[in-house]
Amino acid sequence: MTIAVESAPASASKTVGQRLPAPSRAGDVFSERFTMVMAVSIFALIGLILYELLVGAWPTIKTFGFSFLTTSSWNPVTEKFGALPFIYGTLLSSLIALLIAVPLSIATAIYLTELAPLWLRQPLTSLIEMLAAIPSVILGLWGIFVMIPFLSKFVYPGLQSALGWTPFFSGPIFGIGMLSGGIILSIMVIPIITSVSREILSSVPNLQREAAYALGATKWEVTRVAVLSYAKRGLFGAIILGLGRAIGETMAVTMVIGNSSRISASLFAPGNTMASVLANQFAEASDDAFLSALFAVGLVLFLVTVIVNLFAQLLLVAAGGNKHGKLA
Amino acid sequence: MNTHGTVREWGDNHKFRKGKSALVSALCVLAGILVVTPLALVFIYLVIQGAESVNGNFFTQLPKPSGELGGGMANAIVGTFTLLGIASLIGVPIGVLGAVYLAEYGGPKLNWWIRFSSDILNGVPSIIWGIVIYGLMVVPMKGYSALAGGVALGCLMIPIILRTTEEVLLLVPQGYREAALALGIARWKVILQIVIKTASKGIITALLLAFARVAGETAPLLFTALGNNFWNRNLLQPISALPLQIYSFATSAFDDYHRQAWAGALVLVTLVFVLNISVRFLTRDKA
Repeated sequence: MTIAVESAPASASKTVGQRLPAPSRAGDVFSERFTMVMAVSIFALIGLILYELLVGAWPTIKTFGFSFLTTSSWNPVTEKFGALPFIYGTLLSSLIALLIAVPLSIATAIYLTELAPLWLRQPLTSLIEMLAAIPSVILGLWGIFVMIPFLSKFVYPGLQSALGWTPFFSGPIFGIGMLSGGIILSIMVIPIITSVSREILSSVPNLQREAAYALGATKWEVTRVAVLSYAKRGLFGAIILGLGRAIGETMAVTMVIGNSSRISASLFAPGNTMASVLANQFAEASDDAFLSALFAVGLVLFLVTVIVNLFAQLLLVAAGGNKHGKLA
Repeated sequence: MNTHGTVREWGDNHKFRKGKSALVSALCVLAGILVVTPLALVFIYLVIQGAESVNGNFFTQLPKPSGELGGGMANAIVGTFTLLGIASLIGVPIGVLGAVYLAEYGGPKLNWWIRFSSDILNGVPSIIWGIVIYGLMVVPMKGYSALAGGVALGCLMIPIILRTTEEVLLLVPQGYREAALALGIARWKVILQIVIKTASKGIITALLLAFARVAGETAPLLFTALGNNFWNRNLLQPISALPLQIYSFATSAFDDYHRQAWAGALVLVTLVFVLNISVRFLTRDKA
């Protein structure tokens, strides 16, 4: 700043009536290029992930091809690898998580935007956002020592006696297992779905609500007709964002799901998700074929989460104003 | 009679509708309670179990071998800060300067793609960064290292910092830039001395948010920093971190380790929440 002010009169007095020499643009050109490289490195990072995963997974892709996704034997000793148990585990645990989380989250979001007294809204929102900040490993610790003992003492036996005739709730109860994994996942995705849904619902214009009230609608009818139907797409985006989070969530699930590579119909049986098999087995993978198979699992996990997140982002962008990515 | 009937029906219907509305409201309240309950339980257990276990030794001693009582996580606490330091060397310059490009230079089309990609990158599971950095650094360098762990965390930070910093930079009034440019100041100086300076509080907020998010990460460290039961001053050697230590203690079969896992969890959550709450205070001032 000072340079410009001092040098201007000095050069002006020397070159009266002449144009000032154009100031150097080098600094600007450099800073634009330099910051551009930094910004564009986002693309490079995505490329880097894809490249490393492909290189690591290549031997497995060459040996097993597409059957890697459709076979269910996972045997490091005979070097036979099929990722189906983990794909199944990821889908099932995420499904359980969403079945629990979606109704609770959306109802809570409705409470926060439509029903709660004004003074309560902000503190409650902050509280729920704090739940999102709890590190996954701590939720896993709580899951092992508090949630699982509680569930296997008070909830699972009841579930089994009521629904034990279905294959899903039969068999021995270990405590750790697919259902516990799904429940801890639901606790992890509830804050995300709730806070994104809350933002979506509170962005619904008040005119919508007033119009419905003016027609004599009750509170619930206003919510259903004027708010929920207006926010449908955004809410769907919030759910998909939660799904993406559930698919990729690692530590808490790893600690309660039981690390088994077998597919079982029973929800009480131990299992593995794609993320948890990586956490459980990557460090002990000694030979190249095993390691490569795990890289291939990572590749599948990466592609699935990218597709799910792509979908969620597009929905949220379409729902207007994407501020949600950074929350996830 | 007919008219009477419809009127009564309307009245009943109205009552029914009111009742339905009240029922749904009650269900929403119930959902809210159900959502907050596990949170409250996590906090209560953390505080009770953690407070019993945190003592002076926890902050000053190394972990004891399994079977021996006592010991602490001093090395893990230092390790967490070391890893955050390395991570910020990567995450902060790339994130902040990238955000400067988005806010100050970039055209709408390229910006859209960068924002979109960074949101996608933000959704990539953190364990994926663990195996990518394993392939990129651990294998070629023939060993787990603090450096690899820090790089993994740094990569995780980039999209978070990029997006939040950009928002903060866009809050700087356009008039500031125009006034400075009208004085003939070069654009890069305007950015450096006016825009970044004005937004500095917000940028610090963005960085704290990224630290809070990354400090609790375990998955990207499992195959990069690995963990270490001893002091380590060599960045090319494995290093411990609080989340790693909590994970290995929680999954061990030893009661005193479980006790210390709770203590570690309390310390880690306190660290994360202090970062988060300072963010709240910083942003409250600005608003």
